[in-house]
This record gives sequence, structure tokens and C-alpha cells, in this order.
Amino acid sequence: MTEDLRIGVFVCECGHNIAGTVDCEAVRAHASTLPDVVVAQRNRYTCSDPGQQQIKQAIAAHNLNRIVVAACTPRLHEPTFRACLAQAGLNSYLLDMANIREQCAWVHQSDPVGATRKAMDAVTMAVARARHLNAQKEIEMPVARAALVIGGGIAGIQASLDLADAGHQVYLVEKQPSIGGKMAQLDKTFPTMDCSI
Amino acid sequence: MMDAGRHPRIKLLAYSEIVSVSGYVGNFSVRVRKKARYVDESACTACGDCAKVCPIVVPNEFEVGLGSRKAIYIPFPQAVPSAYVIDHANCLGDVPIACGKCRDICEIKCIDFDQQDQIINLDVGAIIVATGLDVYDPSALDEYGYTRHENVVTSLEFERLIDAGGPTGGHLIRPSDRKPPKRIGFIQCVGSRTLSGNGDPSASSGQRLSRGRPYCSNICCMNTVKDSLLLKDHYPDTDISVFYMDIRAFGKGFEDLYRRSKEAGVKYIRGLPGEVVEDPVSGNLLLTVDNTTQGRVEQHELDMVVLSIGLVPSEDQAHIKKLLTLSQTDEGFLLESHPKLKPVDTPTRGVYLAGCAEGPKDIKDSVTQASAAAARAQIVLNSDKLKVEAITACVDREVCTGCGLCAKVCPYSAILADSKTKMIAQVLEAKCAGCGACSAECRFDAITMRHFSDAALTAQIDAALAENPENKIVTFACNWCSYAGADYAGVSRMQYPPNARIIRTMCSGRIDEDFILRAFQLGAPVVLVSGCHYADCHYINANRWTQKRVDRLWDRLERKGIRPERLQLEWISAAEGAKFATVMREAERIRQGVTPEEIELTRRVLAEEG
Repeated sequence: MTEDLRIGVFVCECGHNIAGTVDCEAVRAHASTLPDVVVAQRNRYTCSDPGQQQIKQAIAAHNLNRIVVAACTPRLHEPTFRACLAQAGLNSYLLDMANIREQCAWVHQSDPVGATRKAMDAVTMAVARARHLNAQKEIEMPVARAALVIGGGIAGIQASLDLADAGHQVYLVEKQPSIGGKMAQLDKTFPTMDCSI
Repeated sequence: MMDAGRHPRIKLLAYSEIVSVSGYVGNFSVRVRKKARYVDESACTACGDCAKVCPIVVPNEFEVGLGSRKAIYIPFPQAVPSAYVIDHANCLGDVPIACGKCRDICEIKCIDFDQQDQIINLDVGAIIVATGLDVYDPSALDEYGYTRHENVVTSLEFERLIDAGGPTGGHLIRPSDRKPPKRIGFIQCVGSRTLSGNGDPSASSGQRLSRGRPYCSNICCMNTVKDSLLLKDHYPDTDISVFYMDIRAFGKGFEDLYRRSKEAGVKYIRGLPGEVVEDPVSGNLLLTVDNTTQGRVEQHELDMVVLSIGLVPSEDQAHIKKLLTLSQTDEGFLLESHPKLKPVDTPTRGVYLAGCAEGPKDIKDSVTQASAAAARAQIVLNSDKLKVEAITACVDREVCTGCGLCAKVCPYSAILADSKTKMIAQVLEAKCAGCGACSAECRFDAITMRHFSDAALTAQIDAALAENPENKIVTFACNWCSYAGADYAGVSRMQYPPNARIIRTMCSGRIDEDFILRAFQLGAPVVLVSGCHYADCHYINANRWTQKRVDRLWDRLERKGIRPERLQLEWISAAEGAKFATVMREAERIRQGVTPEEIELTRRVLAEEG
């Protein structure tokens, strides 16, 4: 790694959701002692516009090149913070998240000390991981503008019509000599009692 | 049907089969075999002169054998394409001495005995699988006497018997004496909601499935309600009994239809008949049933019995599943990406499901799902370029020995390698889904996952165990199931001990044996590997390699005198928050049983090994 690592850590209180159990200030203070961490801040709601603004400002002010957000699960807000990094001019893969809500504050509500210790470790682990993250480029592929529909029963017919009506070329492949599928064999159909063909 | 046949942008390839599919989302290359019809599809006017002179008579499949057709035939009058087809297996051929009558009589000369199968190559960006269903064959259920008693018919046969376009012109008759039945009974749940093998665990899967499937087939209750109303409409005097275990009239307008059926005088009797016996003289059927509402055993004499048969996965589905690397549920239907949030997506990007291929459903649900699949497919088709998340595998050409192990474990065939020629492995990035099974399998650490590198994961393990490792449970969780399950435990506020240090990977197949050994060497008392249940793996079957590696490690740990129990493997789905919490409590129980001496010994043993 040729560049100097400059990591920013943002600890989210998520209102009372995280701060109600985890001592967020202790977690922030712990984060600021970790290697290559240049700035560690605490936010009420990191995902909110002001929270994201704070990240962007910190990136500019401290020339940050890795970001750790300790908040909810990455399955929820990783796309949010990736977009935030991109807007601040950082490659969006230079982000890691520490899950201190779903996998910490919410499941250890009666053990604030244990939860805070776990949150600190989660941040330590995320910072350790962030130090090994690299900028990534997403590859782009061309698209063949046609669709294949396999099966000419009611589902295949409907899917084909929708795609074709939307302007796409459709190839509808049916094994039998006629489309129609099982539905064509039915006399009347529920709940409207009308004919199937 | 007609609309699909004449739409300018739909190319209909009837009487055709998929031969092969290669490529990936946005760029699939498909080979289709268009079978010889021996009739020029575009020229045929469906006048039917040919069939009139054809001397061969065979059972008509469309009429489920209740009618006949010729060797040159149109499947049914409204067929699309509206063209005849020659059933090659039954046709006598065109040798003048044998036959050739149809060709001689065809005025527009559209019959061509020299027609060949055609291979058609297609380039498509998205694929919708709508392979449909088959119906359950009830002949294995001896107690109902299907095929033994002439007047026991399936619900599909009943459809043909009451259809104005059917073999009887819509005049309902019973097969034995062609008389209109006055007393008709419907038996519900035939082949559906059946406990496997009658509870016999030693029964083979074939035996188990022949007696029926465990699931509800979704449509049979309402189909019977509909049939009862049709009967009451056409033949108001008919005495109708429906034998059921539950009537599931859950959809919009369904309850209303059910109520109308009851008001029309249809008798609903709660209880499935134990036996259907035929009177050999009259052909009438005697049913013995335990009426569970009345609490008594009853006998019913009926003229005709309709078996309301369930739906089973289509036979062709296995072939398509293999071609498109799809997964299936235990029940045999194709597996969606997520049961609630991605119900029409599949694990193969760019491939979508519609209709009964995904599970039994009625017409409305099939149409709804088809529109959903079409909309999902359009996300791909409307993109100028498709972006692939940068989590793919990269091969270090300097380190790769060309052993080919990576290609063997790749669920997507995204790695080109050849162990014979020692070709350096090459990743087809567009096909790679980023599970990391190859990276874990590579013995030379020649494969790096772009966003989940060995270095990053190792750093996480090291950081987790930097202080007081004896208190920590190093937990690997896959993004799609077990990590999501842990999140779900949180959302549900399920409490468990705070000792786990969770490391997320895309798939449990990413977990290299080295990661686990490193954790033990750094003093971890317990390591937990968790992933999707077998059938749910979001990378087709990459988690099978997880199982193999853990199995191998268990043996290895045991040989070294390290208790295998300290390495836990659990399959936890995204919906199993409660299971995640239970697993955590169990892991903590195991952790408390690990002594400092044991941890120290493990460190020493592993350090000696290097």
C-alpha cells in the first residue's frame, strides 16, 4: 500500500436504538485510539442527511481515504453510505460497517457493558478490515435486447406479451405443437367462471 | 393465446426445445431445436382435409385419452400456431405403398415429409422460466381404484368431459355406460398434503412421492367448487358431495363462490373416503368415509367419483434447471431468490420464474407472477450496460499452478481451468457471483476475492482476538442467510450472550480452513461457521464445500487432540432469528467448557505445525 491510510470512524447512536444500550462515546473514544484513525465522530443518526453531510465534511477536512460506519446492519445502509462516499469523491468500496445495532445493542439490552465491549471489538475489526480495502471498479457489460421465455402456458404467454408490449423482442419456446399449456384443457376457470381459451 | 401468436415482437417457437444455454445476464446464448412438424406452419390453413384421410387413430393427449386423434392432427381447435403436425412415431410415412394420403389430398401442398429439425441460435439478455406443471397420477392410490373402476376419473378428465369442446361436446356422461351421472362425488387433496410414505421412514423417495406430495396444491379446492357450480348450472338435479379435509377458499372472490356452491345444494362432507368400491353390475361406486363433523362412518353410493388431483413439478423442469444452474425446493419446484422479497428472481442473475414452475398456483397468481417476472426482466433489458458488484475473484497468475481445483468448486462454471494442460485459471468476471468458494479451495492462495480478501478477513480475525480471546466466539456468517438471521434476531429483540464476534462473508463457502485454524491458534475457544440451509444457498451449492471443509477440519482437529466440538457448523436461514439466538447460547455453553489449559495446548499444537 503506497498511500497513507487515513481512516474516519462514525459511530451512530441511532437515537436511543444503539445509545440506549451501548456507550457510544466510549466506542468513539476507543475508535480514535486505533491505528490510522484520523478522526472519530459520534452522530445521532448517521444515515440522515446531516449525518451523511458530517461524513462528507470530514472526508474533505481530514483527507480521509477509508470510512468506517458503526451503525446498523450493512444489509440495510451499506448502499446509502457507499453512495455517500461516491458523492464525496471516494471510491465506494473504501467503506466498512460495524453492525452495532441488530447484532449488538438490540440483542444485549440487559448487558450494556458486554454490548459496549462487543461494539468496541466490532469497530476494531471494521477498522482492521478497512485498512485492507482497495478501491474497486465495477465492470460493465453490454445487454442483448431480447428475452427468452421458456414455456407457453398462461404464465409464459403473459410474460411474453408484457415484454413484447414494452417494446422488447421475445422468443417464446414451447415444447408442444401449440401454446396454451394446461390452462387450455380447462373448461371454465374460477373465480370468474369464464372460458380458459 | 391468439395475441401471443400474432404479436409482431413475439417469435413463437412451438414444438421446440432448449438444447443449451451459455453466457450470463445480459448475454445468454441459447440453442433451440425446432422439431420437424412435417407441415409448413405458415402455409397450413388448418382445413383438416389431411386428418380426414389419415388412417391412423390414436388416443388424443389433449383429451387425456378420452378422445382420439389421427397421426396428422391439430392439438385442439384453437391451437396457436394454427397448424397441423404429423406425429412421427405413429405416421405410416410417405412411401406411396404405405400411405402418403395426407400429402396427396392437401390442396396447398404444405405437407413436407423431408422436413428436418432445425437448430436456432438466439442471443438474449434475460430468460423467463415458465415451464409449468404436471398433474399427479393417482393410480398409486389403490383405495380410490383409479384405472380399476371406470367411473373414477381425475379432475382433469372431468374438465374434458364437461367442456363443450371436449369429446362429448360438453354432455357429461360417465365412462362405463355413457349415461349421465346423477350422483357425483369429489374427493379432495388427492396427491396433496400427504404425509410421506404413510409415515414409513424407510420408504424410498419414489415410494413416498407416489402416494402424494406433502404440500397443498393451491387450486384443487376452488377447482372443485367451480366444477360443482358448473354441474348445478348444467344439470341442476345432480346430487353433489365433496369429501374434503379443509376447504381453502382464501383468494379474492373465493369464499363467495364457495358460499354459492353450498347454497346451490352441494354437500360438503368433512372426511376423506377410506375406500371406493365398485358394484360390478351397475358400475356404481360405494364410498366409505369417516364423517368427522358428524362423528360417524358413512357410506355413499355414487354414479361417478372425481379425484381432485394435485399439481406436481413438470418433468421438463429438471432439464431447464440444469441448463440454467437453478435450484429447487425439497418439493421439486424451482427455488426463488427470496421467498418474500425476491419471489420471481433466481440465484442465476437474469433468469426469472413465472407460474407453476415456482410452485402450485392458480391463473391469477400465474399471470401476476408473469407480469412481475417481465418487469424484473426489463430492468436488465432496459439497461445500456449492466454493472457487476466488484466482489469477484481474481487469479494471481504468478502463483496459480493450474491444478484446476477452483474450477471444480465454482457453482457458476465461471472459471476456465484445465488440470491436464495446467492452464492458468481464468475467471469470467461477468459470470462470477463472488461467493469465494474458489478462493477458499485454492491451496496456493492464488485467488483473491476483490472485496473479501484473505488479508481483510485475517485482519478481522486478528482484531477480534487481540484482547481476551478466551471470551470470544469467532463467528463466520454468510451475507444472505445466517448474517441476515442474526439481524433478524436483533429486529425481534431476541437476547443472547454478547460473546460472538461476527465476520460477514458473502457465502460460507468463502471460509478457508486457514481462517478457522488461525482463530484457534490465536486462542479462540470456539469457532462457529454458519451459512444457508443446503437448498437455500444463494450461490447454488457453494455451501456444500463449507460442509466438506468443516468435516475435514473436524477430523484434523480430532487427530491433533483438539475437541471437534469447539468448531461448530450451523445452517441458519434469514428467517431463523430464534435459531441464531439458540445457536449463540449453545456456543456460549461450549465456550464456558473450554479451559485455559485447553486453549494453550491448542495454540502450542497448531504453532508446532506452523
